[in-house]
Amino acid sequence: MMMKKDYLIWIAIKTGLLSGVIAIFLCLIGMVEVFSKRDVIEKIITLGDFILLATAVSAGVIAARATSNPEQQKQPLKNLIAGALAGITTGVVIAAFIGLSQQINLRSVFLSASPSLFDLLTFKGGTNWIWMYPAIGMAAGLLGTILFLLPEKFRQPITRAIFITFLLALFSGLFRVVMINQSDNIAKAGKYLFGQTGLTLSGAIIFFVAVVSISMFWSAESTNLQKGFARIPKKGQTGVRVVVFAILAYMVLMLPQVSGPFIAQVIVIVSLYALMGLGLNITLGFAGLLDLGFVAFFAVGAYTVGLLTSYGIFGLQHVSFWVAVPIAVLVSMMFGAFLGLPVLGVRGDYLAIATLGFGEIVRLLAGSDFLAPFFGGPQGIIGIQKPCLGTLGEFVRVDVPRICNGLEFAGPKEIYYLAVASAILIAFIALRLQRSRLGRAWMAIREDEDVAEALGINLIQTKLLAYMLGAAFAGLGGAIFTVLVGSIFATSMQLIVSINVVSLIIVGGMGSVPGVIVGAIALIGLPELLREVSEYRFLFYGAALIMMMLAKPEGLWPSQATLRELHHDDSGEDSEIASTKSSQAKA
Amino acid sequence: MSILNLDNVHTYYGNIHALKGISINIEKGEIVTLIGGNGAGKTTTLRTISGLLKPREGKIHLNGDDILKYQAHEIVYKGVSMVPEGRGVFARLTVLENLEMGAYSRNSKEELSRNMERVFTLFPRLKERRTQVAGTLSGGEQQMLATGRGLMSNPSVLLMDEPSMGLAPVLVELIFDTIQQINKEGTTILLVEQNALMALSIANRGYVLQTGEIIISDTAENLKKNPTVQKAYLGME
Ligand SMILES: Nc1ncnc2c1ncn2[C@@H]1O[C@H](COP(=O)(O)OP(=O)(O)O)[C@@H](O)[C@H]1O
Ligand SMILES: [Mg+2]
Repeated sequence: MMMKKDYLIWIAIKTGLLSGVIAIFLCLIGMVEVFSKRDVIEKIITLGDFILLATAVSAGVIAARATSNPEQQKQPLKNLIAGALAGITTGVVIAAFIGLSQQINLRSVFLSASPSLFDLLTFKGGTNWIWMYPAIGMAAGLLGTILFLLPEKFRQPITRAIFITFLLALFSGLFRVVMINQSDNIAKAGKYLFGQTGLTLSGAIIFFVAVVSISMFWSAESTNLQKGFARIPKKGQTGVRVVVFAILAYMVLMLPQVSGPFIAQVIVIVSLYALMGLGLNITLGFAGLLDLGFVAFFAVGAYTVGLLTSYGIFGLQHVSFWVAVPIAVLVSMMFGAFLGLPVLGVRGDYLAIATLGFGEIVRLLAGSDFLAPFFGGPQGIIGIQKPCLGTLGEFVRVDVPRICNGLEFAGPKEIYYLAVASAILIAFIALRLQRSRLGRAWMAIREDEDVAEALGINLIQTKLLAYMLGAAFAGLGGAIFTVLVGSIFATSMQLIVSINVVSLIIVGGMGSVPGVIVGAIALIGLPELLREVSEYRFLFYGAALIMMMLAKPEGLWPSQATLRELHHDDSGEDSEIASTKSSQAKA
Repeated sequence: MSILNLDNVHTYYGNIHALKGISINIEKGEIVTLIGGNGAGKTTTLRTISGLLKPREGKIHLNGDDILKYQAHEIVYKGVSMVPEGRGVFARLTVLENLEMGAYSRNSKEELSRNMERVFTLFPRLKERRTQVAGTLSGGEQQMLATGRGLMSNPSVLLMDEPSMGLAPVLVELIFDTIQQINKEGTTILLVEQNALMALSIANRGYVLQTGEIIISDTAENLKKNPTVQKAYLGME
């Protein structure tokens, strides 16, 4: 079927208009301006430029895809025209926006439409330079189309290289700091590759080329390499694995020493969210029971440790952290049962509302004046004793910390070990649980409660265990959180924490243990590391969730069951009848 | 000896009086069918026996033991297993995992592999497809899987809810042949059906259920000749 010319043009223009509007949106919410303070490639392209360019490149890709007919071969000329046109349109829309802004004051409505934004967009040249936008747009659109037209063999390494180089650029400040603190040569290499906020030009080129070549080499050779590995005798294979494991373990152990407290703290936060995620993954991912008040268990764990170990006025017992943690986990489990019991028969939307209420009640009670004599009310609980490996000195009096004779987990660099070890341990337990009899019972309940019950699964017991174990994991997270910050305030236990946990599970892949870890890194780690992103955290979440739903509904690292469900091929009834007949004939 | 006995059972959904005092008796080794039109209360009867619904009145005995005192998940341990209406297979799990789930109430490894072997002998198709996801099986295969899963707990009584629903005639025949085979191997069967002709062709006795009441009970032979049954359920004038 021939595609009509004007139809093609219309698609291209429509795509360009859309991406232009998105670009304007990004400008008007202040994102472009904030992001342009950070470089992707030093002195050449800022993050702000990058996202604007990205809109035009995507316009090119989308226009090219929309104008190619899947049954026929690719039609390079048509696609290139469409891609270029889409890119130009994007540029024209942005240019029009700049032109308009010179005529009327947009700032009265849009706070971010500031003069500095337009200085940035016009290269401080008023309207003199805005003709560049359609030109750059066309180039970007063509780039997108070319990416689309490239054969898979080249496209994949290139897109991968762009993505990885971009990630390295985002974190280049961190790499630089880490490398500069090393021996001379490493420090030099660090300065050569990484700039203050972005890659150096040479760094960008080196990484890009390296990723492209490794990636192409890998796709050509991976089967051979795997075969080669399989040919190594069993002992050798185990040896290789042990060495790889040892290197990984060493890196995990050394990381806080080389990276400094900031990174350590980020990893602690990610681990704590991973703990909560692993907990909610039991209730929601395995057993299919929604819980929107999950932060309550985190709070219970935190308050229990706080009350048991604090040397402040609300401290009750002055026990050590190691005694308090198991108690905190047990108390969290009790709260899990306490929440689970009343909502056992509740399903679906009602469950969401009920658990949401539970989370809010716990927060409000903990922060209330009514219970202030016990929980400190709005003042919170302060003076929480840091964990101590060794002997802890006697409690002298209120507000005087006890002395630790031994290793004290005083700051993020030490608590890192506690948090990471807990996350690994709990991930391991979660994996074991998933494969256990209990795990199968949860799965059956998630799929069909009535059938599960008829198969002999005790619904009450199984559901309660899901709530209790989920709560236990979150409680452990709360316990570690308390000693990290040294105090607890009810205001830290907001609903948004629960929502973050649900989001990270969805992004990672519902019911998948590695997915929880990946989700925690993507949704918690990235915004923590990139201050610029964290200003737009919820926009970022929303975009991530929508994109996941559209492009990868199974999550970043899906569980087996989800993967199978979403990518199956149906077998027809007709073929079945035919083969049944033939097998009957044989019999 | 009576293996399953329902005596004057009344079951409600809220105010809806779904079973109005039904009595059913099944002897060990029998195939008994419960036939009736849509909404007659057939599924309700099976759900009541398997404990998913609690009757307001009446008694249910299994091997002389009053089973109303047990909860649904305990009843499977007493030797009752249900193949639910519309199969109810776990769509996201493989055939093998579905079957293992059916053996949830059984702990021994040997028993599991013995039952698995039995199911695969009855349904060679399932063996071929054991690593396939249940949701991608065809209707007939899903019915085989649901039946196989029901057998994995090694029940003495198997409750089957409309196994012929939505299947092509050849497949119905295949399933019904297997039901007879299962029965020959010693399992008592309560077969709920709308397809009265097929059900009566393999059953020893039958009950006719209409709006929550048993209106006729007789041997299968007699039921086939019964004018009411012929008119209402066999499509004969
Ligand atoms: N969950 C339910 N809530 C209320 N009424 C129900 C429910 N399930 C079934 N019923 C009613 O109970 C009666 C018997 O239903 P059912 O046992 O499913 O019939 P059958 O299996 O013979 O088609 C019907 O009138 C039906 O509407
Ligand atoms: Mg029914």
